[in-house]
Formats: sequence, structure tokens, C-alpha cells
Amino acid sequence: MSETKKTGQTVQTTGHAWDGDIQEYNNPIPRWWLWSFYATVIFAIVYWIFYPAWPIGHSYTPGVMNTITYTVNGEEKTTHWNTRALLVRDMQTGEAAVKQRKHMQEVANASFSAILSDPKMIDFSSKIGKVLFEDNCAACHGMGGQGVVGLFPNLVDDDWLWGGRTEDIQNTISAGHIGFMPAFDKTFSEQQMDDVTEFVLSLSGQAKDKERVARGKVLFTGEGGGCYYCHNQQGTGIKSVGSANLTDHIWTIADVASQKDIMAKRTRVREVISHGVNRTMPTWKGRLSDEEIKLLTVYVYNLSGGK
Amino acid sequence: MRHEKIETNVGLLIVLTLIVISIGGLIEIVPLFFIDETIEQVQTPDGKDAIRPYSALETRGRDIYIREGCYLCHSQMIRPFRDEILRYGHYSLAAESQYDHPFQWGSKRTGPDLARVGGKYSNEWHKQHLMAPRSVMPDSIMPNYPWLQENSLAYNDIASRMKALRLVGVPYSLTDAEYEKNIERFGKGIADQLNIHAAEDNLVAQADQGNYDGDQSRLTEMDALVAYLQVLGTMVDFKQYEEGHFAEFR
Ligand code: HEC
Ligand code: HEC
Ligand code: HEC
Repeated sequence: MSETKKTGQTVQTTGHAWDGDIQEYNNPIPRWWLWSFYATVIFAIVYWIFYPAWPIGHSYTPGVMNTITYTVNGEEKTTHWNTRALLVRDMQTGEAAVKQRKHMQEVANASFSAILSDPKMIDFSSKIGKVLFEDNCAACHGMGGQGVVGLFPNLVDDDWLWGGRTEDIQNTISAGHIGFMPAFDKTFSEQQMDDVTEFVLSLSGQAKDKERVARGKVLFTGEGGGCYYCHNQQGTGIKSVGSANLTDHIWTIADVASQKDIMAKRTRVREVISHGVNRTMPTWKGRLSDEEIKLLTVYVYNLSGGK
Repeated sequence: MRHEKIETNVGLLIVLTLIVISIGGLIEIVPLFFIDETIEQVQTPDGKDAIRPYSALETRGRDIYIREGCYLCHSQMIRPFRDEILRYGHYSLAAESQYDHPFQWGSKRTGPDLARVGGKYSNEWHKQHLMAPRSVMPDSIMPNYPWLQENSLAYNDIASRMKALRLVGVPYSLTDAEYEKNIERFGKGIADQLNIHAAEDNLVAQADQGNYDGDQSRLTEMDALVAYLQVLGTMVDFKQYEEGHFAEFR
């Protein structure tokens, strides 16, 4: 490489050579780079003045001018710039928050029947409700509320364990529930298990063996099994304990509906009776606000076509 | 020229490079140890610390969380933005991760943030979801972790694990004096949980009582991991504080 520029001047090098002849130029840094560097230094100094910056002992310089004002209990509070105060302000006076709050308050102040007869409020609750449902409920009940048989109940059908009136649904979401049925594997003999299983299937007209049904009925409706205690004498279920209605064709734990032959149906029902049930619908009061629970109630109520 | 001295001496070059690049980090981090407001004071109504170190079982669960690399897809840090708190709940406090070594804040969110997942789902759901995420979330891309239910939980080294954490400042108690201090700070119930001498018994008792994996006969890794997930973000009762309270710590 040439050691000279066009002018014939010798270019300055760092002065040392590696491997005999490898040298390094010592050119000044490009002008634009240098000026950018000075600009960042000036920017930093301006930043120190306006924003929280330098630590001093147990505190720090809060910066001037970039202050944030929000309200606590009717009193205005002004603080130096920080993201938490920014958030409080955004929640109090931000455009989106104010708009949403207006709708939220409308819903909060209205009765369920008023909400359900006002298309605008239904529209609002189905939009917000959908987002809330997907964030909080879909993991168990599925995106569309269809549930998972055996694990999480279907919310789209009009069969309810704990009641399908708006007040029932609101209470379910707010307080949560435990679906509990004891295991009967130690209580029943093999034959008794067969009998009571057959009786359960007979309730929805799917039994094949009349004798077993008759013996099972005694167990179900008497002290032998005591099933009636939770499912009542007819097997239609009791809402206050969240027991399933056994007389319809909707199954929430025992996956009977998708089974074709009687043997498979018996196996499914038998499994539930011998293992029992213990599943939890979490409590949402505290995690979600009262308004959010109300919106979800309307959303879930409408999922099943309002029944 | 001085250049030459540095450039021809690799050891010196490394030392000087380290010094130069640590300056930025040190200037940002060190003052935080001295500024009063860095870690929020969060107390229960009866004047105890609301944030406690993890129990023995939860600590084991946390180790499994780290072993399985859950942090590669999940953060544990709800940032103070409206969209975040609407989805996940109150933003995370510095105090809430003060006993986390290492912290699990993260910034990679392939899955949702887990900072407040405690109490959101049931134990059964967590078990089902960890064994086969697609059985409850058909579109999930989270891997299956079936071995968590198969593996028995190894906990004979739990005391050593807690001792190691104690060395970096987590108030697990080894001496009577430390135990007394914990009673004052957290109350008796929690102080008992933080006692390293009782760690194994506490761990077994919590797993038996919580039955996190739905199988009473065995103590599995699932028990520990679910116990950990269920405590995340549940220690502070935010209802107690007025809006803007925690903004004053910044
Ligand atoms: C951890 C899983 C889980 C989550 C999350 C969950 N649920 Fe549930 N939910 C259940 C289970 C399990 C039941 C059945 C309880 C029982 O068997 O009695 C249930 C029952 C219900 C019921 C009563 C159904 C009936 O037939 O009476 C409603 C309504 C409901 N959930 C709504 C919701 C809403 C709304 C959300 C979101 C805020 C939600 N659930 C979140 C598990 C969950
Ligand atoms: C302590 C109350 C209780 C008793 C006693 C009880 N059950 Fe149940 N049973 C329930 C509850 C609650 C459910 C619904 C659980 C759920 O959905 O989470 C249920 C569900 C069922 C189911 C599943 C229904 C479905 O839709 O999948 C069957 C079958 C059943 N019970 C049969 C019986 C029989 C037979 C007996 C007596 C041997 C019995 N139960 C005793 C509370 C009880
Ligand atoms: C490849 C990335 C990936 C890894 C690794 C991963 N997850 Fe997930 N996780 C996801 C995704 C995506 C979702 C959302 C879909 C779903 O619920 O499955 C999720 C959801 C979750 C949820 C539900 C969160 C909520 O609020 O709905 C929990 C809890 C969870 N993961 C725990 C774990 C644990 C514990 C581990 C480690 C054993 C883990 N994840 C590892 C991707 C991952």
C-alpha cells in the first residue's frame, strides 16, 4: 500500500509494525462521528435536567418540568416523571380509559334485564366480554366456551350445573365452585356398581338390563348408595350442590354421548361413580373487578343463547 | 506511543476492557442498592412483611421451572402499561422478586406472562396443561412435560438449596436468633416455613395438604412446580393500597 497521499505528504501511522511490515494508520475520527458524539453528550446533560437522573445518597435528582399530575381521593398529586405515575394518569384521564369507563359505569349501574334489552350495552359487553373470556376463561372452557368433556363444563349449551339465571352465573364467576362427588369404589360391590351404573343410564333411556336397573334404583334412591342426596330422587340434579342432571343427554364428566355401544357407555359411567369427581372453578372476585364480572356474566349468558 | 503497551499485552487489554465496559453497568446499578425507594415497603395490615421467601416445596418447584427452561418462553414481569395490567393484573413490584435468585423477569414472551398466574387456574388445570397443553388449548405451542408427573420429587437436598439461598440474603433461618427475627418479620406461621431445619418435613406436609398433582400416594415434580405456579403474584393484597400508592416509590 502506498505510504503517501496525492500531495506527497507522509501519512501518520501509530508507529509500530507487526510481522515486520504491517502498520496502522493514525487518522483522526471522521468529523460527522465526532459531532454526533458531542451531540449525545449535550443530549445527556439536557436529559439530566429534565428527567430523574443522578443518585444522591439515599435519593436522586427528580428532574424539572416533566411532572405528572393525577388524583388520589379527590386531591391532586404532582410527581416527577416516572412510568408508574404515567400509568395512573393514563388510567384516570387517558382517552381510551375514559371512554371505556363511561361504558363500564353504564353497565355497572344497570340491572341485568336492562342490559339484556339494550342492544348497545349487549354489543359493548360482548366485545369486552370476549376479550375477558379469552384472557381468563378460555384456558379451561375453550375459546368458544365449548369446554372439555370430563374436565371443564360446556358453557354454550343450556344445561347448567349451578343454575343459568344471570344471578346464578354471576355468583358462579364471582365466588367460584367446587364440583365434588365422593368416590364409591370402596362402598359398592362389583354387582352393586353394575346395578347403579345401569340405573344411571336408564335415566336417559340408554339402559339395556331391566333387572339391574331395578336393583340400581334401590341403591340410587335409598340409603344404600345415597345418590339421591345430591342428585335428588328423579336424578335431575340439585343446583345448589352443582350436581349433574342425569336424565338428559348432556354429559359433563362421563363421556357417554360420544360412545356408541352399551359396554363403552357403562365403562364411562362406572369410572365416574367409582372415582368420584373433584374439580374447581376458580374464584374471580378480587382478580377481576365487579364490572368485569358483570360483563362476563352477560357474555356467558348470551353464549348459551340466553337460557 | 502508549497504544503499543496495551495492544501488545493481552492480559492488560482484557483487564482494561473489562473496566471500561463495567462502568456503564455499575453507574446504573450500584446506586439502586442505596436509594430508599428501590424496593417498595409492602406490609400486611398487622405490620408484617407481605412478601415472603418461597416455602421449601415452592423453592423446589422454582428450581424445576428453571431446569425445564420455562423462562425461555415466559416472562414474570408485568410492566406498568394499561394494556398489560388489563390483561395480567397489577404491575409487578420490585419487592415481589426480592427473594428471587436469579430473578425471572425476562423479556421473551412466546407464552403469556406468569407473574400473577397464581390462583388463576386450578391445580387440575395446571397438571393437565403441563402434561398435554393441547388437550386444553388446541392451538398451544407449549411443549408437553409428561415426566413431571412420572418423576418422584427429589428433596433430600432441600436444606442445602435453602442454605445456598440464605448465603445470598434470603432470610431462611438456621439459628435460633434468625428464627426469632423471622417471627417478628413474617409472623410465626411463615417463620416456621422458613426454618431450614424443618425444611423436609414442611415440604412433605405442604405437598400432602395441597395435593397439587391430584395423586396423594406420591410426591412428584408436578407437586412442586404447581405449588410454585400457584403462589406467583399472590402475596400482595393490592386492594389495601390506594391508586398511585406504588407510584410514590419511583
Ligand atoms: C381452572 C379452570 C377454569 C377457569 C380458568 C374457569 N373455569 Fe369456569 N368452571 C370450571 C370448572 C371445573 C367448572 C365446573 C365446576 C363444577 O363442576 O361444579 C366451571 C364452571 C363454570 C360455570 C358454571 C357452569 C354450570 O354449568 O353451572 C360458569 C358459568 C363458568 N365456569 C364460567 C367461567 C368464567 C366466566 C370464567 C372466566 C372468568 C371461568 N369459568 C374460568 C373451570 C374453570
Ligand atoms: C356429594 C354429592 C353427590 C353424591 C352423593 C353423588 N353425586 Fe354424582 N355428582 C355430584 C356432582 C356435584 C356431580 C357433577 C360434578 C361436576 O360437574 O363437577 C356429579 C356427577 C355425576 C355423574 C356424571 C354426570 C355427567 O354429566 O357426566 C354421574 C354419572 C353421577 N354423578 C352419578 C352418581 C351416582 C350413581 C351416585 C350414587 C352412587 C352419585 N352420583 C352420588 C354429586 C354427587
Ligand atoms: C415453547 C415455549 C414455551 C415453553 C418452553 C413453555 N411454555 Fe408455557 N406457554 C406457552 C404458550 C405459547 C402458552 C399459551 C397457550 C397455552 O396456554 O398453552 C403457554 C401458557 C402457559 C401457562 C398459562 C398461562 C395463562 O395465563 O394462561 C402456564 C401456567 C405455563 N405456560 C407454564 C409453563 C411452564 C411451567 C413451563 C415450563 C415447564 C412452560 N410453560 C414452558 C409457551 C411455552
